[in-house]
Amino acid sequence: MVTLLSDNIIEIKKVNFYYGASKALTDVTMDFKKNKVTALIGPSGCGKSTLLRLLNRMNDLIDGTRVEGEVVFEDRNIYDPDVDPVEIRRRIGMVFQKPNPFPKSIFNNITYGPKLGGVKNRSELEALVEQSLKQASLWNEVKDILNQSAMMLSGGQQQRICIARALAMKPDVLLMDEPTSALDPVSTAKIEELIEELKKKYTIIIVTHNMQQAARISDYTGFFYLGKLIEYNPTEKLFTTPDVKQTEEYITGRFG
Amino acid sequence: MTRKLKEKIIKNIFFLLSLVSIFVLGLIVVFLFKEGFPIFKVVSVREFIFGLEWYPTYDPPSFGIWSLIVGSLVVTFFASLIAVPLGVLSAIYVAEIAPPLVKEIFKPVIELLAGLPSVVLGFFGMAVLAPWLQNTFGLPTGLNILNASIMLSIMAVPTISSISEDAIYSVSQEFKEASYALGATKFETIARVVVPAALSGISTAVILGMARAIGETMVVLMVAGGAAAIPESIFDSVRPMPASIAAEMGEAPFRSNHYYALFATGIVLFFMTLFFNLIADYISNKFKQVGSATL
Ligand SMILES: Nc1ncnc2c1ncn2[C@@H]1O[C@H](COP(=O)(O)OP(=O)(O)OP(=O)(O)O)[C@@H](O)[C@H]1O
Ligand SMILES: [Mg+2]
Repeated sequence: MVTLLSDNIIEIKKVNFYYGASKALTDVTMDFKKNKVTALIGPSGCGKSTLLRLLNRMNDLIDGTRVEGEVVFEDRNIYDPDVDPVEIRRRIGMVFQKPNPFPKSIFNNITYGPKLGGVKNRSELEALVEQSLKQASLWNEVKDILNQSAMMLSGGQQQRICIARALAMKPDVLLMDEPTSALDPVSTAKIEELIEELKKKYTIIIVTHNMQQAARISDYTGFFYLGKLIEYNPTEKLFTTPDVKQTEEYITGRFG
Repeated sequence: MTRKLKEKIIKNIFFLLSLVSIFVLGLIVVFLFKEGFPIFKVVSVREFIFGLEWYPTYDPPSFGIWSLIVGSLVVTFFASLIAVPLGVLSAIYVAEIAPPLVKEIFKPVIELLAGLPSVVLGFFGMAVLAPWLQNTFGLPTGLNILNASIMLSIMAVPTISSISEDAIYSVSQEFKEASYALGATKFETIARVVVPAALSGISTAVILGMARAIGETMVVLMVAGGAAAIPESIFDSVRPMPASIAAEMGEAPFRSNHYYALFATGIVLFFMTLFFNLIADYISNKFKQVGSATL
């Protein structure tokens, strides 16, 4: 297991999570390192998305959910009653499995979050759009069509719009839930490159079903099974000499 | 019988059935025009539409329906002024905000409004609203534009709210999640994502609600007061086109000029509702494809 160091940006402590009566996460404790890529892997239904959505309080939107334990972000339990989930979501961005740009122009997609945050100045917004699109390596492809609907773009471009949109909030952490599973290999490669680039500035936590992807892009990997964190180790170790037999069976494709 | 043949027969049956309804509709329109056109041998189209005097039984008669048209437009306008915010906001409330229990009560109640027979609404307008308006504002009569607009708006609200609600429901959950994940509150999400994405459906709802109001007969017949004059305030009586047709058709001698004039009024009304429906169609198509990109 990873030892506690001061460069943790998020620490999950003994978390249990319930959808109504059914328990989706059991006693999960794990830390996420700053400016690293952490991959979450495991068979379908093991609770990866649930864990990811726990980190920016997206699960709050589902009726009847309940959290036990603590999720500490910047020395604060984000589930304390006095914490505003809206504030948390501005600091911890999210990219979804299916590209979901708004049915608005590219420009308005990127500026959606910043405008909510009170940025009104046009030139400031324009600068932000350029910067975010460049970070998502999409600027050259769309710089002349910023006023067109984002829905007209290809799936891979749409997903990069979604990444740019999240980056425009200047978040500290970027959560990605299977961001490439709906994309072709070329788009996937682009996004993987992008993640490599982004980790210099951001902490990235990514759910993936693709073992090679986890191995390629992540620094740490957590393996989940039936709502439990089975093994959490540096990616290289987890994929070469895993501590737990179940992990080995999963990554070699013998179950899951 | 082969499966293919069966398919073909079923397809043709459906085709024939839909042809029947289109045919009947066409027949009605042809009839309307045939019975209405002869009036234009007596008055010009211009005189008919813009003429200020509607004295169909005088000697000599005058057939100008401008005040009837204005009557229809005025009550429709004020009814929309009331019904659009009510209908749209209640749709937003039911679809996005109401807790499940409240939703379960509100939804059927609003839909029940649509099932109220218009004569009952008209009766309510006459017996309850009219005396109240008369006393409260010290009017000669409570049967006026205001009364008709209020009663019509009650008829339009269910149309507007149920179609808007469907439009709001069909906004995909993914857009909402994206909005929340960017730090939007519930109300920001509704105002900036849900409503814009549902706008084509909401506009359609509004226009169909207005079409419903402009074509409604019984309510305006009972509560609009029936004065064929250009109104000067919302407390004046008016005589909307459907009310005029319904009230006079019984007395107009068959194929007299009066009879023709009433049918011609029907033609005008037909074009107005057609116009509303075309706009509704246009809007829902226009916004659909581009995904209301610039909103
Ligand atoms: N909205 C919900 N309501 C009730 N139960 C849910 C809900 N979402 C997920 N669950 C349950 O919680 C468990 C974990 O689901 P989760 O979506 O986190 O799995 P996952 O690891 O992301 O799976 P996948 O790889 O298929 O995306 C599953 O048993 C699932 O049925
Ligand atoms: Mg998932």
